[in-house]
Amino acid sequence: MDGIQELEQMCVQIRKDIVRAIGGAGTGHIGGSLSIVEALVCLYFREMNVDPQNPQMADRDRLVLSKGHAGPALYAVLAEKGYFDRDWLDTLNEPGTNLPSHCDMLRTPGVDMTAGSLGQGFACAVGMAKAAKACGSPARVFAVIGDGESQEGSVWEAAMFAGAHRLDNLIAFTDYNNAQISGTVTEILTLEPLEDKWRAFNFAARTVADGNDVAQVAQAVEWAKEQDRPAMLILKTVKGKGVSFAEKAGVGSHSMTLTQDDIDEAYEELEARG
Amino acid sequence: MTEMRKVFGEALEKLMRENDRIAVIDADLGKSNGTYCLREMFPGRAFDAGVAEADMAGIAAGMTSFGYIPFICSFAPFVTRRIADQAAVSISYAKRNVKIVGTDPGITAEKNGGTHMSVEDIGIMRAIPGFVVFEPVDTEQLRQSVPQVVEYDGPVYIRMCRKETPDVFGPDYRFNLFTADVLRAGADVTVVCSGIMVETALDAAEALAKEGIGAEVVNLHTIKPVDTETLLRSVRKTGAVVTAENHSIVGGVYSAVCETLAQEYPAPVVPVGIRDRFGEVGQMDYLRRALHLGQCDIVEAARKAVGMKGK
Repeated sequence: MDGIQELEQMCVQIRKDIVRAIGGAGTGHIGGSLSIVEALVCLYFREMNVDPQNPQMADRDRLVLSKGHAGPALYAVLAEKGYFDRDWLDTLNEPGTNLPSHCDMLRTPGVDMTAGSLGQGFACAVGMAKAAKACGSPARVFAVIGDGESQEGSVWEAAMFAGAHRLDNLIAFTDYNNAQISGTVTEILTLEPLEDKWRAFNFAARTVADGNDVAQVAQAVEWAKEQDRPAMLILKTVKGKGVSFAEKAGVGSHSMTLTQDDIDEAYEELEARG
Repeated sequence: MTEMRKVFGEALEKLMRENDRIAVIDADLGKSNGTYCLREMFPGRAFDAGVAEADMAGIAAGMTSFGYIPFICSFAPFVTRRIADQAAVSISYAKRNVKIVGTDPGITAEKNGGTHMSVEDIGIMRAIPGFVVFEPVDTEQLRQSVPQVVEYDGPVYIRMCRKETPDVFGPDYRFNLFTADVLRAGADVTVVCSGIMVETALDAAEALAKEGIGAEVVNLHTIKPVDTETLLRSVRKTGAVVTAENHSIVGGVYSAVCETLAQEYPAPVVPVGIRDRFGEVGQMDYLRRALHLGQCDIVEAARKAVGMKGK
């Protein structure tokens, strides 16, 4: 596939920006932000029909980050895409910021839906896909849900509707890093068999063995686009991916306080890769 | 008398013909709410979410991304207390232009009983920042209100009976969503009422007149925001208030009136409403007696309020 290497390089830059933003704020949802970088980069730089100069373009593709706490990842990608100046990242969670910890469509150019109360954003994405069909828009809708979030019943209400209405303009992702606040998803409340569940809800479902591999994600999106129904791509990811102290923290990386040493170490590690 | 749901369905049909961005979503109660017939006329934008009210709210919020103005409809408890978080975050916090329609409010749920009897829906929706909370009295008020609800750019909760209601307003009536209506003038006590309690309040005012008590009847159809101007004008004149509502006195009309008067013009306020309890199975007559929502309750409260003046 073309351009994969460039996107991989971009992922390194995005990770630096996530560390910069959360480091500046002092504390933040670093683990789940780092795990979803490849998917967001793939979508915004390879797939989505969007215009940073015209964030409200009527027939643009939409993305709903239903796991709204990964806002810092989306903000880094939107800055890279040119929706706003990268300096905004230094205002994460500052009073009056345009970049709050959880996504807010009223504050951040390029954010298509407010999310943060888990289980809600996915239904909104389904509503967008339904609306696009109703008014004949070519827009497609992408939704990212968390694995812990998938324990919310409202996710499955929305899934049932999307499957029943055959919303083939909807491509969803599960960020399956298998870590939630209190432990692994497996031990807290397992989702398995997850692929079967989505199929049972009339989705085309596929697991991506390494959801932090740009080429694998990109290939999966190509597959999803060919389906005659909504698609779910289950991304096996690593919470805290690419930053050793966050990876080592495992479930502890859901929300972390970063010291200056942490930030320096993360930059050094990412520089070496970039 | 015409059924409210019939008028509601007709009003929506008319508006949907004029505006291709109005959508209507049901949660399996379209036949109960007068909206079922719309789905054949407007395929794609009038549909059923199934028995999944939270999903219905999210779908509606998402549809606004394409300029739709969705009405989501079910029985009152299922589109308020069940979906409070969706109403707060996906709809109001995100400033989505979604209209929530809850039918069978309070004791009008009758034989569906306590599980279906919303005694707290006004309180829930009033407490969520950003919602307009509106309770139509009769078909004339409802008919005139629907276009204004569409025109208002923001979330609205409409709490309405679905069956027949007594006619209170005639064809000369001119409705304004944000202006309370003074239905009868009086100098001694202001009766602030909404929904099914409006006719009861008018009857009570007749009875009070015979005792020499002049009751001014104010229909607070929009409970949030309160039309402070109309309320204060009346209370400055009468100096005493009775509230009458088919809802708990916690969070509803009584609360809204007290909150307004306490800081602007303190006056005695005596409530007629449901006293911090759930509903139960029954017909209207029985429920009005059991929950103290009758004409005699308003009369008694008015006497008490008048007696408290200046104390």
